[in-house]
Amino acid sequence: MPLFDQLYNFAHWLAQDRTEAEDLVQEAYVKALKGFSSFQPGTNFRAWMYRILRNTFLTSRTGLKPTATVAIDSDDSPELPAGPETPETILIDNSQHQLLQAAIDALPVHFREVLLLCEVEEMSYQEIAETLSIPIGTVMSRLSRARRTLRASLQQKLVRT
Amino acid sequence: MDDWSPKLETYLDGELSASEMRTLDAHLRTCPSCAADVLSLIQTKRAIQSAGKRYSPTPEFRERMRKSIASKPRRSPIRMWIGVTAAVALLLVVGFVTSSVRQQQIERQQTFSELADLHVATLASANPVDVISTDRHTVKPWFQGKLPFTFNLPELQDSEFTLVGGRVTYLGQAPGAELIYQIRKHQISVFIFQDRAAGRGLESSSQSQKELSFNIESWAHDGLRYFVIGDASGSDIHALADLLKKAS
Repeated sequence: MPLFDQLYNFAHWLAQDRTEAEDLVQEAYVKALKGFSSFQPGTNFRAWMYRILRNTFLTSRTGLKPTATVAIDSDDSPELPAGPETPETILIDNSQHQLLQAAIDALPVHFREVLLLCEVEEMSYQEIAETLSIPIGTVMSRLSRARRTLRASLQQKLVRT
Repeated sequence: MDDWSPKLETYLDGELSASEMRTLDAHLRTCPSCAADVLSLIQTKRAIQSAGKRYSPTPEFRERMRKSIASKPRRSPIRMWIGVTAAVALLLVVGFVTSSVRQQQIERQQTFSELADLHVATLASANPVDVISTDRHTVKPWFQGKLPFTFNLPELQDSEFTLVGGRVTYLGQAPGAELIYQIRKHQISVFIFQDRAAGRGLESSSQSQKELSFNIESWAHDGLRYFVIGDASGSDIHALADLLKKAS
Protein backbone atom coordinates (compact mmCIF):
# COMPACT_ATOMS: atom_id res chain seq x y z
CA MET A 1 0.00 0.00 0.00
CA PRO A 2 1.83 3.07 -1.17
CA LEU A 3 1.90 6.09 1.15
CA PHE A 4 -0.16 4.24 3.75
CA ASP A 5 1.57 5.57 6.87
CA GLN A 6 1.85 9.12 5.58
CA LEU A 7 -1.75 9.18 4.41
CA TYR A 8 -2.91 7.84 7.72
CA ASN A 9 -0.97 10.50 9.60
CA PHE A 10 -2.42 13.23 7.41
CA ALA A 11 -5.93 11.82 7.75
CA HIS A 12 -5.62 11.70 11.52
CA TRP A 13 -4.44 15.31 11.60
CA LEU A 14 -7.40 16.34 9.48
CA ALA A 15 -10.05 14.35 11.27
CA GLN A 16 -8.47 14.57 14.74
CA ASP A 17 -9.95 11.20 15.51
CA ARG A 18 -8.56 7.72 15.04
CA THR A 19 -11.70 5.91 13.94
CA GLU A 20 -12.58 8.62 11.53
CA ALA A 21 -9.04 8.75 10.16
CA GLU A 22 -9.19 5.01 9.53
CA ASP A 23 -12.47 5.41 7.69
CA LEU A 24 -11.03 8.21 5.61
CA VAL A 25 -7.95 6.25 4.64
CA GLN A 26 -9.96 3.19 3.78
CA GLU A 27 -12.43 5.14 1.68
CA ALA A 28 -9.62 7.02 -0.04
CA TYR A 29 -7.92 3.77 -1.07
CA VAL A 30 -11.17 2.32 -2.33
CA LYS A 31 -11.80 5.48 -4.34
CA ALA A 32 -8.26 5.50 -5.65
CA LEU A 33 -8.51 1.90 -6.80
CA LYS A 34 -11.87 2.46 -8.37
CA GLY A 35 -10.83 5.69 -10.00
CA PHE A 36 -7.36 4.59 -10.99
CA SER A 37 -8.28 5.16 -14.60
CA SER A 38 -8.75 8.85 -13.81
CA PHE A 39 -5.12 9.08 -12.73
CA GLN A 40 -3.17 10.59 -15.57
CA PRO A 41 0.22 8.94 -15.91
CA GLY A 42 2.98 11.48 -15.74
CA THR A 43 1.15 13.61 -13.20
CA ASN A 44 1.99 13.50 -9.53
CA PHE A 45 0.73 10.28 -7.95
CA ARG A 46 1.29 11.50 -4.41
CA ALA A 47 -0.65 14.71 -5.00
CA TRP A 48 -3.40 12.64 -6.58
CA MET A 49 -3.64 10.30 -3.57
CA TYR A 50 -3.62 13.17 -1.09
CA ARG A 51 -6.25 14.98 -3.11
CA ILE A 52 -8.52 11.95 -2.95
CA LEU A 53 -7.97 11.66 0.78
CA ARG A 54 -8.61 15.33 1.33
CA ASN A 55 -11.74 15.37 -0.84
CA THR A 56 -12.97 12.37 1.10
CA PHE A 57 -12.37 14.33 4.26
CA LEU A 58 -14.11 17.43 2.96
CA THR A 59 -17.26 15.47 2.24
CA SER A 60 -17.13 13.60 5.55
CA ARG A 61 -19.02 14.56 8.66
CA THR A 62 -16.09 16.32 10.30
CA GLY A 63 -14.95 17.81 7.07
CA LEU A 64 -18.15 19.56 6.21
CA LYS A 65 -17.96 21.97 9.10
CA PRO A 66 -14.49 23.35 8.48
CA THR A 67 -15.08 23.76 4.75
CA ALA A 68 -18.02 25.99 5.43
CA THR A 69 -15.70 28.29 7.30
CA VAL A 70 -12.88 28.09 4.78
CA ALA A 71 -15.04 29.86 2.26
CA ILE A 72 -15.66 32.75 4.58
CA ASP A 73 -12.15 32.87 5.94
CA SER A 74 -10.62 33.90 2.63
CA ASP A 75 -6.93 34.07 2.00
CA ASP A 76 -6.79 37.81 1.64
CA SER A 77 -8.45 38.66 4.91
CA PRO A 78 -6.70 41.41 6.88
CA GLU A 79 -3.21 40.70 8.09
CA LEU A 80 -2.83 39.35 11.57
CA PRO A 81 -1.51 41.95 13.93
CA ALA A 82 2.25 41.74 13.93
CA GLY A 83 3.16 40.41 17.32
CA PRO A 84 6.36 41.18 19.11
CA GLU A 85 7.46 37.62 18.49
CA THR A 86 10.38 36.93 16.27
CA PRO A 87 11.33 33.41 15.28
CA GLU A 88 14.13 33.26 17.84
CA THR A 89 11.72 33.74 20.70
CA ILE A 90 10.04 30.47 19.99
CA LEU A 91 12.86 28.01 19.69
CA ILE A 92 11.25 24.75 20.36
CA ASP A 93 12.81 21.82 22.08
CA ASN A 94 11.45 18.33 22.54
CA SER A 95 9.75 19.14 25.80
CA GLN A 96 7.55 21.50 23.89
CA HIS A 97 6.64 18.88 21.36
CA GLN A 98 3.14 18.46 22.71
CA LEU A 99 2.66 22.17 22.87
CA LEU A 100 3.49 22.39 19.21
CA GLN A 101 1.16 19.55 18.34
CA ALA A 102 -1.64 21.22 20.23
CA ALA A 103 -0.94 24.45 18.39
CA ILE A 104 -1.09 22.69 15.02
CA ASP A 105 -4.28 20.99 16.08
CA ALA A 106 -5.74 24.34 16.98
CA LEU A 107 -5.10 25.75 13.51
CA PRO A 108 -8.05 26.04 11.17
CA VAL A 109 -8.07 23.02 8.93
CA HIS A 110 -7.04 24.92 5.77
CA PHE A 111 -3.95 26.19 7.59
CA ARG A 112 -3.26 22.84 9.20
CA GLU A 113 -3.33 20.93 5.92
CA VAL A 114 -1.12 23.32 4.01
CA LEU A 115 1.42 23.41 6.83
CA LEU A 116 1.50 19.62 7.16
CA LEU A 117 1.81 19.05 3.43
CA CYS A 118 4.73 21.46 3.34
CA GLU A 119 6.59 20.58 6.53
CA VAL A 120 5.76 16.93 7.12
CA GLU A 121 5.17 15.62 3.63
CA GLU A 122 7.78 18.01 2.27
CA MET A 123 5.73 18.65 -0.83
CA SER A 124 6.73 21.35 -3.25
CA TYR A 125 4.40 24.32 -3.63
CA GLN A 126 3.40 22.86 -6.97
CA GLU A 127 2.43 19.54 -5.38
CA ILE A 128 0.51 21.30 -2.64
CA ALA A 129 -1.31 23.36 -5.25
CA GLU A 130 -2.27 20.14 -7.05
CA THR A 131 -3.34 18.42 -3.87
CA LEU A 132 -5.50 21.27 -2.64
CA SER A 133 -6.61 22.35 -6.12
CA ILE A 134 -5.58 25.95 -5.51
CA PRO A 135 -3.13 28.25 -7.32
CA ILE A 136 0.50 28.37 -6.18
CA GLY A 137 0.07 31.98 -5.11
CA THR A 138 -2.65 30.89 -2.73
CA VAL A 139 -0.42 28.11 -1.42
CA MET A 140 2.25 30.68 -0.59
CA SER A 141 -0.04 33.17 1.10
CA ARG A 142 -1.91 30.49 2.99
CA LEU A 143 1.30 28.84 4.13
CA SER A 144 2.69 32.14 5.31
CA ARG A 145 -0.46 32.93 7.22
CA ALA A 146 -0.52 29.43 8.70
CA ARG A 147 3.01 29.88 9.98
CA ARG A 148 2.26 33.28 11.40
CA THR A 149 -0.86 32.00 13.13
CA LEU A 150 1.03 29.06 14.55
CA ARG A 151 3.77 31.32 15.81
CA ALA A 152 1.26 33.62 17.45
CA SER A 153 -0.53 30.79 19.15
CA LEU A 154 2.72 29.23 20.35
CA GLN A 155 3.75 32.57 21.69
CA GLN A 156 0.57 32.73 23.73
CA LYS A 157 0.96 29.19 25.00
CA LEU A 158 4.58 29.81 25.93
CA VAL A 159 3.64 32.93 27.79
CA ARG A 160 0.96 31.03 29.67
CA THR A 161 3.26 28.20 30.67
CA MET B 1 19.38 46.57 0.99
CA ASP B 2 16.54 44.22 0.25
CA ASP B 3 14.37 43.10 3.08
CA TRP B 4 14.72 39.36 2.95
CA SER B 5 12.72 38.43 6.02
CA PRO B 6 9.45 37.69 4.18
CA LYS B 7 11.38 35.46 1.82
CA LEU B 8 13.26 33.42 4.38
CA GLU B 9 10.54 30.81 4.69
CA THR B 10 10.18 30.44 0.95
CA TYR B 11 13.96 30.15 0.85
CA LEU B 12 13.91 27.32 3.35
CA ASP B 13 11.11 25.62 1.44
CA GLY B 14 13.46 25.67 -1.53
CA GLU B 15 10.95 27.57 -3.60
CA LEU B 16 12.81 30.77 -4.46
CA SER B 17 14.00 31.20 -7.99
CA ALA B 18 17.53 30.00 -8.63
CA SER B 19 18.90 33.53 -8.86
CA GLU B 20 17.14 34.62 -5.66
CA MET B 21 18.47 31.53 -3.94
CA ARG B 22 22.04 32.46 -4.87
CA THR B 23 21.58 36.07 -3.83
CA LEU B 24 20.11 35.10 -0.49
CA ASP B 25 22.83 32.51 0.09
CA ALA B 26 25.36 35.29 -0.32
CA HIS B 27 23.35 37.67 1.83
CA LEU B 28 23.10 35.19 4.72
CA ARG B 29 26.89 35.02 4.90
CA THR B 30 27.08 38.72 5.59
CA CYS B 31 23.91 39.40 7.59
CA PRO B 32 23.94 37.97 11.14
CA SER B 33 20.35 38.98 11.80
CA CYS B 34 18.97 37.12 8.80
CA ALA B 35 21.24 34.18 9.53
CA ALA B 36 19.87 33.95 13.06
CA ASP B 37 16.33 34.13 11.76
CA VAL B 38 17.03 31.35 9.29
CA LEU B 39 18.53 29.22 12.00
CA SER B 40 15.49 29.58 14.19
CA LEU B 41 13.17 29.00 11.24
CA ILE B 42 15.03 25.79 10.46
CA GLN B 43 14.55 24.67 14.04
CA THR B 44 10.85 25.47 13.90
CA LYS B 45 10.58 23.64 10.62
CA ARG B 46 12.26 20.59 12.08
CA ALA B 47 10.09 20.77 15.17
CA ILE B 48 6.92 20.93 13.10
CA GLN B 49 8.16 18.12 10.94
CA SER B 50 8.75 15.81 13.86
CA ALA B 51 5.65 16.95 15.71
CA GLY B 52 3.68 16.46 12.51
CA LYS B 53 4.67 12.82 12.29
CA ARG B 54 2.37 12.16 15.13
CA TYR B 55 0.03 9.42 14.18
CA SER B 56 0.69 5.97 12.90
CA PRO B 57 -1.90 3.41 11.92
CA THR B 58 -2.59 0.65 14.40
CA PRO B 59 -1.40 -2.81 13.44
CA GLU B 60 -5.03 -3.94 13.38
CA PHE B 61 -5.98 -1.23 10.93
CA ARG B 62 -2.97 -1.97 8.76
CA GLU B 63 -3.96 -5.62 8.69
CA ARG B 64 -7.58 -4.80 7.96
CA MET B 65 -6.57 -2.52 5.10
CA ARG B 66 -4.18 -5.05 3.67
CA LYS B 67 -6.94 -7.61 3.61
CA SER B 68 -9.54 -5.33 2.10
CA ILE B 69 -7.10 -4.01 -0.48
CA ALA B 70 -5.91 -7.51 -1.20
CA SER B 71 -9.43 -8.77 -1.75
CA LYS B 72 -10.75 -5.78 -3.63
CA PRO B 73 -7.80 -5.36 -5.93
CA ARG B 74 -8.01 -9.02 -6.71
CA ARG B 75 -11.06 -7.98 -8.64
CA SER B 76 -9.75 -4.55 -9.43
CA PRO B 77 -6.48 -5.48 -11.11
CA ILE B 78 -8.35 -8.09 -13.09
CA ARG B 79 -10.80 -5.45 -14.14
CA MET B 80 -7.89 -3.18 -14.85
CA TRP B 81 -6.26 -5.94 -16.86
CA ILE B 82 -9.47 -6.52 -18.72
CA GLY B 83 -9.49 -2.82 -19.47
CA VAL B 84 -5.89 -2.83 -20.54
CA THR B 85 -6.36 -5.97 -22.58
CA ALA B 86 -9.46 -4.55 -24.19
CA ALA B 87 -7.62 -1.35 -25.01
CA VAL B 88 -4.69 -3.22 -26.51
CA ALA B 89 -7.03 -5.51 -28.41
CA LEU B 90 -8.94 -2.54 -29.70
CA LEU B 91 -5.73 -0.92 -30.84
CA LEU B 92 -4.70 -4.13 -32.56
CA VAL B 93 -8.08 -4.50 -34.23
CA VAL B 94 -8.09 -0.88 -35.35
CA GLY B 95 -4.53 -1.29 -36.56
CA PHE B 96 -5.40 -4.54 -38.27
CA VAL B 97 -8.53 -3.14 -39.88
CA THR B 98 -6.68 -0.03 -40.98
CA SER B 99 -3.80 -2.02 -42.38
CA SER B 100 -6.09 -4.58 -43.99
CA VAL B 101 -8.19 -1.81 -45.51
CA ARG B 102 -4.95 -0.30 -46.68
CA GLN B 103 -3.82 -3.68 -47.94
CA GLN B 104 -7.11 -4.11 -49.76
CA GLN B 105 -6.71 -0.73 -51.42
CA ILE B 106 -3.22 -1.62 -52.54
CA GLU B 107 -4.34 -4.97 -53.94
CA ARG B 108 -7.29 -3.41 -55.72
CA GLN B 109 -5.02 -0.77 -57.16
CA GLN B 110 -2.62 -3.43 -58.37
CA THR B 111 -5.40 -5.47 -59.98
CA PHE B 112 -6.81 -2.44 -61.73
CA SER B 113 -3.50 -1.28 -63.04
CA GLU B 114 -2.65 -4.78 -64.32
CA LEU B 115 -6.00 -4.85 -66.10
CA ALA B 116 -5.34 -1.45 -67.57
CA ASP B 117 -2.01 -2.83 -68.83
CA LEU B 118 -3.72 -5.88 -70.31
CA HIS B 119 -6.32 -3.74 -71.99
CA VAL B 120 -3.70 -1.44 -73.51
CA ALA B 121 -1.53 -4.40 -74.57
CA THR B 122 -4.50 -6.00 -76.31
CA LEU B 123 -5.39 -2.87 -78.20
CA ALA B 124 -1.76 -2.34 -79.19
CA SER B 125 -1.45 -5.86 -80.48
CA ALA B 126 -1.54 -6.61 -84.20
CA ASN B 127 -3.98 -9.40 -83.39
CA PRO B 128 -6.09 -8.03 -80.61
CA VAL B 129 -8.45 -10.96 -80.54
CA ASP B 130 -8.05 -14.68 -81.21
CA VAL B 131 -11.63 -15.21 -82.12
CA ILE B 132 -13.00 -12.58 -84.39
CA SER B 133 -16.71 -12.52 -84.27
CA THR B 134 -19.56 -10.22 -83.55
CA ASP B 135 -21.67 -13.20 -82.67
CA ARG B 136 -21.74 -14.12 -79.03
CA HIS B 137 -22.78 -17.64 -80.06
CA THR B 138 -19.45 -18.00 -81.83
CA VAL B 139 -17.34 -16.34 -79.16
CA LYS B 140 -18.67 -18.16 -76.14
CA PRO B 141 -18.12 -21.70 -77.45
CA TRP B 142 -14.63 -20.75 -78.57
CA PHE B 143 -13.61 -20.52 -74.89
CA GLN B 144 -14.73 -24.11 -74.27
CA GLY B 145 -11.82 -26.16 -73.09
CA LYS B 146 -9.66 -23.09 -72.79
CA LEU B 147 -11.11 -21.87 -69.48
CA PRO B 148 -12.12 -23.72 -66.34
CA PHE B 149 -15.44 -21.85 -66.25
CA THR B 150 -18.17 -20.64 -68.56
CA PHE B 151 -20.18 -17.45 -68.80
CA ASN B 152 -23.06 -15.83 -70.67
CA LEU B 153 -22.73 -12.89 -72.98
CA PRO B 154 -25.44 -10.34 -73.53
CA GLU B 155 -27.67 -9.82 -76.53
CA LEU B 156 -26.54 -6.54 -78.11
CA GLN B 157 -29.19 -5.96 -80.72
CA ASP B 158 -30.81 -3.03 -78.99
CA SER B 159 -27.59 -1.41 -77.82
CA GLU B 160 -24.84 0.64 -79.37
CA PHE B 161 -22.23 -1.95 -78.40
CA THR B 162 -20.78 -4.42 -80.81
CA LEU B 163 -18.73 -7.45 -79.92
CA VAL B 164 -15.36 -7.47 -81.66
CA GLY B 165 -14.00 -10.76 -80.43
CA GLY B 166 -12.28 -12.50 -77.58
CA ARG B 167 -9.04 -14.02 -76.36
CA VAL B 168 -7.68 -15.93 -73.42
CA THR B 169 -5.74 -13.81 -70.97
CA TYR B 170 -4.10 -14.21 -67.58
CA LEU B 171 -4.26 -12.25 -64.36
CA GLY B 172 -2.19 -13.36 -61.43
CA GLN B 173 -1.45 -16.73 -63.07
CA ALA B 174 -5.19 -17.40 -63.49
CA PRO B 175 -6.69 -17.81 -66.95
CA GLY B 176 -9.65 -15.69 -67.96
CA ALA B 177 -11.61 -14.40 -70.89
CA GLU B 178 -11.04 -11.03 -72.43
CA LEU B 179 -13.80 -9.80 -74.68
CA ILE B 180 -13.48 -6.71 -76.79
CA TYR B 181 -16.53 -4.59 -77.32
CA GLN B 182 -16.80 -1.47 -79.34
CA ILE B 183 -18.98 1.56 -78.90
CA ARG B 184 -18.57 4.34 -81.41
CA LYS B 185 -14.74 4.51 -81.75
CA HIS B 186 -14.01 3.26 -78.26
CA GLN B 187 -12.85 -0.21 -77.52
CA ILE B 188 -13.74 -1.72 -74.23
CA SER B 189 -12.29 -4.83 -72.65
CA VAL B 190 -14.43 -7.12 -70.57
CA PHE B 191 -12.39 -9.45 -68.38
CA ILE B 192 -13.89 -12.47 -66.74
CA PHE B 193 -11.94 -14.45 -64.16
CA GLN B 194 -12.72 -16.76 -61.32
CA ASP B 195 -13.39 -14.48 -58.38
CA ARG B 196 -11.06 -16.29 -55.96
CA ALA B 197 -8.17 -15.77 -58.40
CA ALA B 198 -8.80 -12.18 -59.39
CA GLY B 199 -10.95 -10.74 -56.65
CA ARG B 200 -8.10 -9.64 -54.38
CA GLY B 201 -9.00 -6.44 -52.59
CA LEU B 202 -12.34 -6.25 -54.31
CA GLU B 203 -15.78 -6.35 -52.83
CA SER B 204 -18.47 -8.48 -54.38
CA SER B 205 -20.70 -5.48 -54.84
CA SER B 206 -20.19 -3.41 -57.91
CA GLN B 207 -17.56 -0.74 -57.81
CA SER B 208 -16.26 1.66 -60.36
CA GLN B 209 -13.09 3.59 -60.43
CA LYS B 210 -10.71 5.41 -62.69
CA GLU B 211 -7.28 3.96 -63.34
CA LEU B 212 -4.83 5.88 -65.55
CA SER B 213 -7.98 7.70 -66.71
CA PHE B 214 -9.55 4.44 -67.88
CA ASN B 215 -12.97 3.83 -66.46
CA ILE B 216 -13.26 0.53 -64.70
CA GLU B 217 -16.23 -1.25 -63.33
CA SER B 218 -15.99 -4.49 -61.45
CA TRP B 219 -18.36 -6.91 -59.76
CA ALA B 220 -18.61 -10.53 -58.79
CA HIS B 221 -21.36 -12.92 -59.70
CA ASP B 222 -21.65 -16.67 -59.18
CA GLY B 223 -17.96 -17.02 -58.43
CA LEU B 224 -16.90 -15.05 -61.47
CA ARG B 225 -15.22 -11.70 -61.34
CA TYR B 226 -16.08 -9.25 -64.11
CA PHE B 227 -14.13 -6.18 -65.10
CA VAL B 228 -15.16 -3.67 -67.71
CA ILE B 229 -12.41 -1.29 -68.67
CA GLY B 230 -11.93 1.23 -71.42
CA ASP B 231 -11.46 4.83 -72.39
CA ALA B 232 -15.19 5.19 -73.08
CA SER B 233 -17.20 7.37 -70.76
CA GLY B 234 -18.19 6.13 -67.35
CA SER B 235 -21.80 5.89 -68.41
CA ASP B 236 -20.90 3.71 -71.46
CA ILE B 237 -18.85 1.44 -69.25
CA HIS B 238 -21.72 1.27 -66.84
CA ALA B 239 -24.21 0.49 -69.63
CA LEU B 240 -22.08 -2.41 -70.85
CA ALA B 241 -21.64 -3.65 -67.29
CA ASP B 242 -25.42 -3.59 -66.90
CA LEU B 243 -25.90 -5.65 -70.06
CA LEU B 244 -23.40 -8.23 -68.84
CA LYS B 245 -25.01 -8.41 -65.41
CA LYS B 246 -28.40 -9.03 -66.98
CA ALA B 247 -27.01 -11.77 -69.19
CA SER B 248 -25.21 -13.62 -66.45
